Amino acid sequence: MTRPPGTPTSSVTATTTDAAVLHLTLRDLACSRGERLLFKHLNLQLWRGEAVWLRGPNGQGKTSLLRLVAGLSRPVAGQVDVHAARVYIGHQPAIKDDLSVLEALGFLARLHDLPAHDTALVQALDAWGLKAKRHALVRTLSQGQRRRVALARLALSPAAALWVLDEPFDALDAAGVDALLALVQTHRQSGGSLLFTSHQAVDLPACRTLDLPSGASTPSEAAT
Amino acid sequence: MGFLVRRDLRLAMRRRSEVLLPLVFFTVATSLFPLGVGPEPQTLRTIAPGVVWVCALLASLLSLGGLYGSDFADGSLEQMALSRHPLASLALSKAFVHWLLNGLPLVLVAPLIGLLFDIDRDALQMLTLTLLLGTPVLSLLGGLGAALTLGLRSAEMLLVLLILPLLIPVLIFGAGAVVAVASGLSASGHLSLLGALLLLSLLGAPFATAAALKIALD
Repeated sequence: MTRPPGTPTSSVTATTTDAAVLHLTLRDLACSRGERLLFKHLNLQLWRGEAVWLRGPNGQGKTSLLRLVAGLSRPVAGQVDVHAARVYIGHQPAIKDDLSVLEALGFLARLHDLPAHDTALVQALDAWGLKAKRHALVRTLSQGQRRRVALARLALSPAAALWVLDEPFDALDAAGVDALLALVQTHRQSGGSLLFTSHQAVDLPACRTLDLPSGASTPSEAAT
Repeated sequence: MGFLVRRDLRLAMRRRSEVLLPLVFFTVATSLFPLGVGPEPQTLRTIAPGVVWVCALLASLLSLGGLYGSDFADGSLEQMALSRHPLASLALSKAFVHWLLNGLPLVLVAPLIGLLFDIDRDALQMLTLTLLLGTPVLSLLGGLGAALTLGLRSAEMLLVLLILPLLIPVLIFGAGAVVAVASGLSASGHLSLLGALLLLSLLGAPFATAAALKIALD
């Protein structure tokens, strides 16, 4: 379940073993939604440079776990310790229909004290192929383009942060998926970490998986 | 939180017909009373403070559902909760924007409505002053109600049931001050109580709203 900091099991963690920094610890975590217990006795340690793919059937508490890690809700038992700056992007893109792409991203950047001047924003949008669309209203965008705007915030976020992403690959086309994978690899190499959910297979090198099983039994972890 | 106020005003400007709804409701509702009650000036003068205040209260309830609703639905609210800005200051900016768009226009239009009811100049000034003191209370407590009912079914109905009792003192003292002045009495007692309500809700409502938002997001 937990890996000692000095055990190089993958190329990515191997590059960071000499300065292994813990980003996230989940200790004996339990979560319930209403009366129903979603999971219990969940343990996880996430080190810098690592990526963990959270898997499980629908309604098993993947989003609830991410919200716990993000700090939006409190666990019924156990402890969540986050030792890095965290960036949470939920399933909802958090951008307003009536704002332009630039305004929507600018608002999110300002809200989180990220660089919010136009050059930084346009640069972030350009990486997602949205530079030409920057003055278009969000309501005119497709689902995939909205997802891209939400993800463009990642490029503005501080280095070495813990990214907590709920279904980031949802609605993205092949080029978008590739762009996100490349962004994640750069992020990991510069000391960041990632916890994400995805219902589609993701080709991310040295990515650990954490399975939330059906029924309120102990979750299992496997390395892929 | 200036950027939040600017964003909300910008969003409002892109949905102008929705923004104008409370003002249109207020103007139409108050103008219908002279037609319905009859043109007897003494009757109109007597009912004017109550009519204007009741319509102002109802008008400010109209747009409360969307105060946090759209930010809740599209995930903006969780991002705001995760930012380093305290939720209480978010609640205060939201209430401020609500007052700018719903309360202030009523205050500005009230003197014209007063003329329609043929009330004298002193009462007219008092009506405007009480609205100026009272409408921010409606926005602050309305914001609290909106946060408490966030994400619930039939939220609008619950919202009205929940905050109407809290708003009744504002109505009583607001209309009471105008009645007092119209009958030649001092309104200072009513005004002090209105001022106290404003201070109390200004200090308490943002924190209560923040707590309610936290519950809604959990």
